[in-house]
Amino acid sequence: MDYVKLINCMRCGMCLPACPTYKETFLETASPRGRVALVRKVQEGQLDQSERLLEYLSLCLDCQACASACPCGVNAGELVAEFTCERKSESGLGFMEDLILRKLVPHPDRLEASMAPMRAYQRTGLQKLVRKLGILKMFPKQLERMEGLLPDLPARPLRQEIREVTPAVGTERGTVGFFLGCVMSLIFSDASRATIQLLSALGYKVITPKNQVCCGAPNMLGGDLEGLKEAARTNVDLFGGHEVDFIVTDCGGCGAELKKYGHHLEGDVPATEFSSKVRDISQVLALHAEELFPLLKPLDLRVTYHDPCHIAHCQGIRKEPRDLLKLIPGLQYTELNEADACCGSAGTYNIERPEMSDRILKRKLDNIRASGAQVLVTSNPGCLLQLKKGLAEHLPQVRIMHLTELLAMSMQL
Amino acid sequence: MEESFINELKTIVGEQYTLTDRESLAVYGYDSTPELESLPGAVLLPGSTEEVARIMRLCHGAGVCVTPRGSGTNLSGGSLSAGGVVVQTSRLNRLLEIDEENLTATVEPGLITSALHREVEARGLFYPPDPGSMNISTMGGNVAENSGGLRGLKYGVTADYVMGLETILADGDLLRTGGKVVKDVAGYSLNPLLVSSEGTLGFFTGITVKLIPKPQTKTTMLAHFPVLQDAAMAVSAIIAAKVIPATLEFLDKVTIKCVEDYAHVGLPLNVDAVLLIEVDGHPAVVAEEAASVAEICKKYRCSFFQTAQNPAEALKLTEARRTALSALARLKPTTILEDATVPRSCIAAMLKVIQDSAKKYDVTIGTFGHAGDGNLHPTCLTDERDQDEIKRAHAAFAEIFDAAIAMGGTITGEHGVGLAKKKYLPKLVGESGIRVMRGIKNAFDPKGILNPGKIF
Ligand SMILES: Cc1cc2nc3c(=O)[nH]c(=O)nc-3n(C[C@H](O)[C@H](O)[C@H](O)COP(=O)(O)OP(=O)(O)OC[C@H]3O[C@@H](n4cnc5c(N)ncnc54)[C@H](O)[C@@H]3O)c2cc1C
Repeated sequence: MDYVKLINCMRCGMCLPACPTYKETFLETASPRGRVALVRKVQEGQLDQSERLLEYLSLCLDCQACASACPCGVNAGELVAEFTCERKSESGLGFMEDLILRKLVPHPDRLEASMAPMRAYQRTGLQKLVRKLGILKMFPKQLERMEGLLPDLPARPLRQEIREVTPAVGTERGTVGFFLGCVMSLIFSDASRATIQLLSALGYKVITPKNQVCCGAPNMLGGDLEGLKEAARTNVDLFGGHEVDFIVTDCGGCGAELKKYGHHLEGDVPATEFSSKVRDISQVLALHAEELFPLLKPLDLRVTYHDPCHIAHCQGIRKEPRDLLKLIPGLQYTELNEADACCGSAGTYNIERPEMSDRILKRKLDNIRASGAQVLVTSNPGCLLQLKKGLAEHLPQVRIMHLTELLAMSMQL
Repeated sequence: MEESFINELKTIVGEQYTLTDRESLAVYGYDSTPELESLPGAVLLPGSTEEVARIMRLCHGAGVCVTPRGSGTNLSGGSLSAGGVVVQTSRLNRLLEIDEENLTATVEPGLITSALHREVEARGLFYPPDPGSMNISTMGGNVAENSGGLRGLKYGVTADYVMGLETILADGDLLRTGGKVVKDVAGYSLNPLLVSSEGTLGFFTGITVKLIPKPQTKTTMLAHFPVLQDAAMAVSAIIAAKVIPATLEFLDKVTIKCVEDYAHVGLPLNVDAVLLIEVDGHPAVVAEEAASVAEICKKYRCSFFQTAQNPAEALKLTEARRTALSALARLKPTTILEDATVPRSCIAAMLKVIQDSAKKYDVTIGTFGHAGDGNLHPTCLTDERDQDEIKRAHAAFAEIFDAAIAMGGTITGEHGVGLAKKKYLPKLVGESGIRVMRGIKNAFDPKGILNPGKIF
């Protein structure tokens, strides 16, 4: 951990009003400024690395709204994540972490196979029965929450379905590599299918390498730095084998991680090159707004947009998705209040810190209600899962869609 | 702090709102003041005036010190406590009333300043004090520090808007001063005494402020000056021309670069200074004043004069200015900023003193501030690990303070004395000044338990 990054925080407090957990608690221990101070005091030997201290830090969503708000360039969220990751990796991977991060996540086939029982569980009607009988109440709370978050799964993961090369429609303007996120493929395959169609409709040949592996974000979360580097290595080498203009993803979380490969594999030229080519889908589509516009058919809908943290705060992308939505004829765009505030999903946060996650989600839902929108657009699977569940329970009249799904709908693809 | 005493505190505010773990104490052991830290014995988050009174009564009886705290953004160490009880106001954050007939607002001390702005402006009203920290700072902190802001030149500072206070005294008794009346000469004027008392005279639990009608329109302008002194002279010339802008802010080259690096609002990187100027009021007057300002800036050789084309552009510029202090910390980890204030005709002379001191002591100083108020914030960019440089920085500031006093100015215009400027106060107010202040402190708090060690 770089000590200078910690002492760069001058404690002005500009981050306080941006931090979702501070806004809920008004506690300094739950603020970015406070977290940086705690980490710094551990580094300086003034505080022990106690359970309580780690507990305080674990309330951080790592949404990085603090980084956007910090005029001195301190990224409190990232510093906390780095610190926690280092602590976890010091104590080694536990049995479950090893199982998930090493034996499951890096192997798409196994990951997909592991979802099969879930799919069966839904398709056979077992899910309905289980929910009705309240059987999950007998299991740990976390399991119940996980089950509750899961929407209906597609019949097959997109990765198994999609061709490795999707040709351009019309004249080819270039080639992109498509990075298909695990959750996108397993759960939101319709959105990623739409993404590929959009790219191809705009004249891109889309290459989706079959052997790509998880971006590594879960490894970072679990303190598995080695696993993270392995994932980066595999993907860099794999995409390096294709001539592409951009590496595109429609998953905010993957995009943020892929853009850091150059940092993770420090000094590695191909990794830096890889990262410099990574684009969120909205960035690529916005480049071609003029060509896109004539393809869009009117949609008579009131729409608002929720900024995923991994897109707005981690990648600084705010304008492109909005511009794209406003391009759709007939669509009435309304800006969401606190649009770039976290929805409480934050990786596995909604399972690990359910109480705080629910409070943050409630604030988001209140803002969505006030916006009067019929459709909520966002572009990150974590947000999609969290908000889909939240809307279903509290605002069933509002539909949630990935940005590319709505665009594809307007193009009648 | 003894366990039995802590248990008594818990019976007042509840277990959940009594923080005594090491981690919590550590994070309430700092505020935005560089170089200063000290650990409190306990942190309390009361939920009502009644609880504040009971805390004060208990601590008074036990001889335990109490330090009020808002958001901890003050720049003079005012909210730090060595071993005492820190009483934080975040749960006392209600906007109690907006009285449109009397043009007042009554708030609890923990309300965030900009939250008040939003509410009153939605009703066509205006609460002008807008410190750079207005999105973080509390009304209680603003009153206790008599905070200024970007609109101070035309509209004045917090003190000019405080009409009534509800204060819990050191022994737990309640004191009401002022109210909604616009005239009041019954006895000593206690409001102005309490405003800027830095938590040493009483604990504010209710604040009534004056509101004014919201100005109909405003124009925001930015003038680039290749030569620093020209910008300073333009400031004096604007005021001498009997134009009183709401905002007349100055940023030097170092500050411009840091702010631009963060905010990307298109500030010029090749000039010595910019002035951010805002005139507001009746549209006809605004147009006239904006024209005079432009003319004067050109006369003083501004190389470029830009007028914000819409409210969004204007907001971007003022918001960027608000980040100046924090943005300066991009360059070096430790930023020591000062608050010396001089009669505004002396701005040019003061800037020269700052430049000379920086050179003499070989330190980097970025300067920005409320130029129209004669209130500059020379900010030394340094590194707390380099003790030699820190020493030189303090030496430079000592010289700057002397010069400010010699010009008929003051050592702090808005940040307060607290701990940080204690040693300079006698120089400014003399022995008699300190004696009178001590007498006042004694009258309010004979046991000396309220925020001890601050100011003198
Ligand atoms: C980036 C930045 C920009 C700033 N810009 C400006 C500016 O433009 N103008 C300006 O004047 N200041 C400015 N400040 C300084 C600071 O924000 C102000 O002093 C502010 O009023 C402090 O409010 P707070 O709620 O943080 O109070 P705190 O820092 O918590 O407390 C300040 C003092 O008030 C006392 N206090 C707090 N609440 C109460 C209460 N209820 N009763 C009695 N005493 C109380 C405390 O004991 C302490 O002495 C800036 C600070 C930062 C970090």
